[in-house]
Amino acid sequence: MSTELLQPLIYDIGSPGRLGVNLPECDVPKVELPAALMREELALPEVGEVQVVRHFVKLSKLNYSIDQGMYPLGSCTMKYNPKINEDAARLPGFAQLHPLTDESGSQGALFLMHELQKWLGEISGFPAVSLTPAAGAQGEFAGILMIRQYHIDRGEGQRDLILVPNSAHGTNPATVTMAGMDVLELPSNDQGNVDMDALHAACEGELRDRIAGMMITVPSTLGLFESTILEVIATVHDAGGLMYMDGANMNALMAAVKPGALGFDVMHYNLHKTFSTPHGGGGPGSGAVGVNEKLAPYLPGPIVEMVEEQPPRTPSPGPVPPSVPPLDGGRNSSELGKGSSKSPLSSLGGDLGGGGVGVRDAEPPLYGFVMPEKSIGRLKAFHGNFGMHLRAYAYIRVYGDSGIRDVTRYAVLNANYLRAKLMATYTVPYPRYCGHEFVLEGHFADAEDVHALDISKRLMDYGFHPPTNYFPLIVPEALLIEPTETETKAELDEFVAAMEKIAEEARRDPELLRQAPHTAPVRRLDEVRAAKELVLCCAPALPH
Amino acid sequence: MSYIPHTANETQQMLGAIGVDAIEALFEAAPATHRFPKLELPPPMSEMEVAAEMLAISEANDHAQDFAIFRGAGAYHHFIPSVVNHILLRGEFYTAYTPYQPEISQGTLQATYEYQSMMCALTGMNAANASHYDGATSLAEAVTVALEVARHRRKKVILSHAIHPQYREVVRTYHQGRDIRIIGDRGRGEIVDLMEMLDENTAMLAVQYPDFFGQIDDLTALADAVHDAGALLVMVANPMALSIFKSPGELGADIVVGEAQPMGVPLGFGGPYLGYFAIRQKYVRRIAGRIIGETLDADGKRAFVMTLRPREQDIKRERASSNICTNQGLMALSASVYMALMGKNGLRKVGELNYHKAHYAANEINRLDGYSVDMSKPFFNEFVVSCPRPIAEINEALLAEGVIGGFDLGAHYFHLNDRMLLCVTEMNAKEEIDRLVEILGGLS
Repeated sequence: MSTELLQPLIYDIGSPGRLGVNLPECDVPKVELPAALMREELALPEVGEVQVVRHFVKLSKLNYSIDQGMYPLGSCTMKYNPKINEDAARLPGFAQLHPLTDESGSQGALFLMHELQKWLGEISGFPAVSLTPAAGAQGEFAGILMIRQYHIDRGEGQRDLILVPNSAHGTNPATVTMAGMDVLELPSNDQGNVDMDALHAACEGELRDRIAGMMITVPSTLGLFESTILEVIATVHDAGGLMYMDGANMNALMAAVKPGALGFDVMHYNLHKTFSTPHGGGGPGSGAVGVNEKLAPYLPGPIVEMVEEQPPRTPSPGPVPPSVPPLDGGRNSSELGKGSSKSPLSSLGGDLGGGGVGVRDAEPPLYGFVMPEKSIGRLKAFHGNFGMHLRAYAYIRVYGDSGIRDVTRYAVLNANYLRAKLMATYTVPYPRYCGHEFVLEGHFADAEDVHALDISKRLMDYGFHPPTNYFPLIVPEALLIEPTETETKAELDEFVAAMEKIAEEARRDPELLRQAPHTAPVRRLDEVRAAKELVLCCAPALPH
Repeated sequence: MSYIPHTANETQQMLGAIGVDAIEALFEAAPATHRFPKLELPPPMSEMEVAAEMLAISEANDHAQDFAIFRGAGAYHHFIPSVVNHILLRGEFYTAYTPYQPEISQGTLQATYEYQSMMCALTGMNAANASHYDGATSLAEAVTVALEVARHRRKKVILSHAIHPQYREVVRTYHQGRDIRIIGDRGRGEIVDLMEMLDENTAMLAVQYPDFFGQIDDLTALADAVHDAGALLVMVANPMALSIFKSPGELGADIVVGEAQPMGVPLGFGGPYLGYFAIRQKYVRRIAGRIIGETLDADGKRAFVMTLRPREQDIKRERASSNICTNQGLMALSASVYMALMGKNGLRKVGELNYHKAHYAANEINRLDGYSVDMSKPFFNEFVVSCPRPIAEINEALLAEGVIGGFDLGAHYFHLNDRMLLCVTEMNAKEEIDRLVEILGGLS
């Protein structure tokens, strides 16, 4: 290919012999390297520090991000990522903590995970939570493996079918296959709900004894509360199946409805959606799972439990930061079994005061890792994406009991406001209030050549990230819009204005949309060529 | 209201536009019997208070800024140049989504493409994906690929016992629903033993390089034996060791996976880390995860895009080989910046520092009464020490002196009681090593 990239490749800006970093000299006697095992060539770039900084800064400027503007990407919950969480994650006590540190030396981290397990359980109405899954898809996988094992243990291993609505995220059916089970797809009705006739037919017909469970997103991927959800749950339970809730849309449920109370058996949370941990340009995520008593013994491990009762102690005389109130606010989460009415931070006080090299408190560990009795096993090395756990912890801490409700209230307000404003210009299927997101049709009867994709690309020219397009699959030309609670009315109004302008352009100058974007760093890309020519790596050729 | 910007006035205007009196009216579809439960959570906190609390919690941990650390076993304390964190903190990177809209995501796309390229250079492969969750899940995904390549006709997977114990656990978790046999990791597990297990039913054989005990086996005959059996050779490699040792590609590997945390990602209590996945390009259409490729835009300008998308779950749904969606994108950026900075010469130098320091420590410890280091095979920056007392006791004594000792192997291998796996990196100054040796000497 002949033309230039916007920014040259890192391999193309170096010079032989240039160093990017200063390293100390070797301070021990050197030994001979085993020549037969050594590699000859290491084809990495040779770039200086300043060049590296400029390279990545220039690349960063080619991205759109939440820090720059509204990112109404449906089902992804692109809310503001608080800066304090980034600072917290970089504290040496978190960032430089080895995962295999003895439990006595990681009580802070274990305490934090224990609290987060408890809080996530409280928010969703589940008595047990595991933080280990690394992303939502891994949480789904854990959930389906738990359901599978639950049936096997009850001598019902023939239950190998998982019901999945046709509006589901692609991860749902893919998860079922990964777990070695089969998908039974259910149609949706004209209200966007699960077709109850089809559900009853599946659960009461000849497949009844093969029903292992159902995966469903609440509110649905259309952003709608499934008004028949209690009947759906009862129907599947009657057939002997268990209910999995895809928690991608939890931002519409916090303090509005507890999935556990509705009758769900298991769900996953996306800490990188609902609980503000950054999406990072494609991860890391974190996909904790919550379960009821039936499935608690099957949770992926390890989970954190209080392994030893705290000894009674007087308030620490050490220099505990005076502004820190008790961590559990003096409450007792009686539902949550393992909860304690004592203030765990005061028990950490000894270490807090005495921290530092060589000075150790002789107290036994209070929190420890435990593998649940019949665990489906370990999903990754160590104990989950801890860096996401601590951000979610800080996030929940900021909002607290009263504020978490507001997250959901304002997310739903923003979505309904946008929906009400856009109804005048766009076709909005399903005439009822939405949850935290809604779908509209990115197509006009009098501008047939313009598609959802064109509207999406044109939005870039107006300074917005496009909504999710062509999902859910059951709405033609779908644009799934999720503003989140962190956008102001003014920002929403600007988005509406851009969408109205685009609707007008679609009629007046459809080609303008079909060629969009016009102001982005690059124009539309040739994806067929990318898949055909497969240029996946620019490292210089290797000797072998 | 923290990060919610609405004024009361704006809220009223918005409710008016919707045509309801209160936000609660928007929840009418949720079952009335279950609506608006009370949550037992702590009360809200100001940013100042949260900052103080996070600091207090963090300081209740024994971390590497306060302690000398000689523990590895899958997570490594290496130097991370300041530049890495500063680039990571650019909101343009960390507050962006997966680059589904390539026109406004070229930064993430190109950085990831460069990450793929540098991982190819290290491993000697010619294709890599944008990441998996960690080294363990990357190995589990390699098993899926091997089964797919064999069109599910081969049902045997051989794992060396010298692969990280938790990685082997994860492979078993991932594949518990499949009709396959996972063998090899419950015996002595020398390379020759593994080779004897190969047959026409074997889809793959996996070894770790250097292995969990830090050692490097003679792998010259292995690749041919595996390929003669019609199976794939998977290597779980520490990318830091690849700075100086022969690439898995040179040794005949078909798939190279592992944990790239050593490349610019902090210890962070075990995550988020970076599972890398590199493969011979002829198999690339069978792999899971995102892949970035180069193409042209409508004006003929070179640019990057996610490619081979039809493999992925959102398109292929129940026929996809993996459900992976979100991966470890930001950690791949860390590794990209790290490798760019270290470059050809820096990374080699770090590798050599690890080698020399680990060997210095091993030789010094080997001289102590009651201790012996397993030097039967070459090693990189980890080695096994037989100790005169239970490891828990030794580590307790070290901790009292501000040192985090080695990993207790008896915890995972019942026949390895009183043996610890010690790790020495460029972060351990000679004085620290000498101090470790001195304390150990006092415990003989």
